Amino acid sequence: MSKLLTVNELCTSFFTKFGEVKAVDHVSFELDKGEVLAIVGESGSGKSVTSMSIMGLVAKGGKIISGEIIFEDEDLAKKSEKELSKIRGKEIAMIFQDPMTCLNPVFTIGNQMEEVLKIHQKQLSKKERHAKMVEMLEKVGLANPLERLKQYPHELSGGMRQRIMIAMSLLCNPKLLIADEPTTALDVTIQAQIVDLMRDLKDEFNTAIILITHDLGVVAGIADKVAVMYAGEIVEEAKVDDLYYHPLHPYTWGLLKALPRLDMKENELRPIPGSTPDLLLERKGCPFFDRCEYAMECCKEHRPDKFVKENGHSVKCWRYHEDFKEVE
Amino acid sequence: MFKYILKRIALSIVIVFVIATITFFLCHAIPGGPFDREKPLNPTILENLNKKYNLDKPLGEQYIDYMVDVAKLDLGPSYYYTNQTVNDFIERCFPVSFLLGVCAMLVAVVLGIPAGIISALKQNGWQDNILKILTTILVSLPNFVIASGLMYILGYKLELLPVALWGTPQQMIMPVLALSAYPLSYITKMMKSSMLEVMSSDYIRTARSKGVSKFMVTYKHALKNAILPVITVMGPMFAGIITGSLVVEKIFAIPGLGQQFTEAIFNRDYTMIMGLTIFYSILLISSILIVDIVYAIVDPRIKLGKEKVE
Repeated sequence: MSKLLTVNELCTSFFTKFGEVKAVDHVSFELDKGEVLAIVGESGSGKSVTSMSIMGLVAKGGKIISGEIIFEDEDLAKKSEKELSKIRGKEIAMIFQDPMTCLNPVFTIGNQMEEVLKIHQKQLSKKERHAKMVEMLEKVGLANPLERLKQYPHELSGGMRQRIMIAMSLLCNPKLLIADEPTTALDVTIQAQIVDLMRDLKDEFNTAIILITHDLGVVAGIADKVAVMYAGEIVEEAKVDDLYYHPLHPYTWGLLKALPRLDMKENELRPIPGSTPDLLLERKGCPFFDRCEYAMECCKEHRPDKFVKENGHSVKCWRYHEDFKEVE
Repeated sequence: MFKYILKRIALSIVIVFVIATITFFLCHAIPGGPFDREKPLNPTILENLNKKYNLDKPLGEQYIDYMVDVAKLDLGPSYYYTNQTVNDFIERCFPVSFLLGVCAMLVAVVLGIPAGIISALKQNGWQDNILKILTTILVSLPNFVIASGLMYILGYKLELLPVALWGTPQQMIMPVLALSAYPLSYITKMMKSSMLEVMSSDYIRTARSKGVSKFMVTYKHALKNAILPVITVMGPMFAGIITGSLVVEKIFAIPGLGQQFTEAIFNRDYTMIMGLTIFYSILLISSILIVDIVYAIVDPRIKLGKEKVE
């Protein structure tokens, strides 16, 4: 069976007055129906740009340079704006980071939800649309759905708005849901509720999810696969357990070590020293070279190849080259 | 909301009362009187005149008399034009100023809002560049320069339009254009920046991700948000345009209120100055009130008079 989504060597750049910024640099990954892929990485690593490229909504100044985005055997990168708008909201839906600003303040919840159905399911009558909205609001766990439909976004809390965003995104039973840091702006208890909700809904609708986050805790709770992004590249990709128990890339080691733990001494945090490279500069070697404590001479000049283990665990690091030997 | 409006009207009356009081005492504080002429009047005549208009009474008494009349909406007789009241003047001249102002404002809104939207959507395109240059010129040129320019080109050189006076539609074109130049450019610029801000906001991205077309995103989701700050400036701007048309009225010899106002000050026409000041304050206050009400209708986040609930 073919994959739901195959992203192949995707490159997206922003053209600024200082030059080309390669925000997404030869990114490839695959996604099955109902599968959850988490993309983790620090700010500016290209996670959001990857997702916006899939939606065809890269911000002004940005452009998909090369690569394929095969969704259900069709290349989204080649589709026109008009064709894409038929897929957006229907086949691929999206929820965003900040629920406080993601809903239009001057329209009611009902109006904004109904819009999706009016665009993508024209055959529904007004009554059917209404029934569907109420049903969906109940599914995401909102009390008084009838009341909610008449309310404006400012009358609701952050958690409620994120639930509404989720309800709105699932109205047309999309095959793929892209969640761009859906829990970042929420407090911890609400975060847990939203993650639970997304997992339940995924099971119910068999929706594939691309979850973009920098919270490795959220990842462990919901994802099947994890891709670690760094400076526009996917440096490691594995099943969630493999990644947590057998991380391969030095950057992933750093990330996992940086997680605060209960048994850690107070105020003790272990950050990865240094900062992400300037994407404006042309680079030859490994993007993590400057910050990597295991860096070798070859890492400076040559970009690492992708090494794939039998269980599908892939990594871009010279340490996994067959000629690599640990020197004491 | 109804209660709130009543409250605001009550408050407005207090404000008008304060303005009237201040104007009254300021007028009388200026040296000289309404009957000072280059050649001094015969003292007996002056005395009789003062008596006729009650100017011989103590100031406090005059103030009370005047305020009682104002409360009865009688702004008193003009001291300069015999046998004419301030109310007559307003009745006669205000419709002219009002028509001129409304037309200018209509031009500004009808052209300014779409121009601002185009400018924002085609940011840094040729449409935007042309509009940028035009609005900057129109904003910086004072309206009497624009008025004289129009008169010279359209009226004198090309002889397309009558240079002055008021009455026919042709006579209206130039003053309306001259008067609308500033608000037009201002609304265009404001609409543009507001639109740009809204277009890059999160809820626009949400709308796009739902599959809403570019057109609908612009005209449904963005416009209603982007127009809010423009509405805010429109009220005072409108009040300003129908009262501040003084220079344009003078240049085109239009018998409006603006001209009356300046003349009243030169003539020390106490009642006329005070009457017009009160009239203008009422206009300004009501236009601000109307803006607030419109704002509450457009923006659901604003609930008039409910800030103390919860």
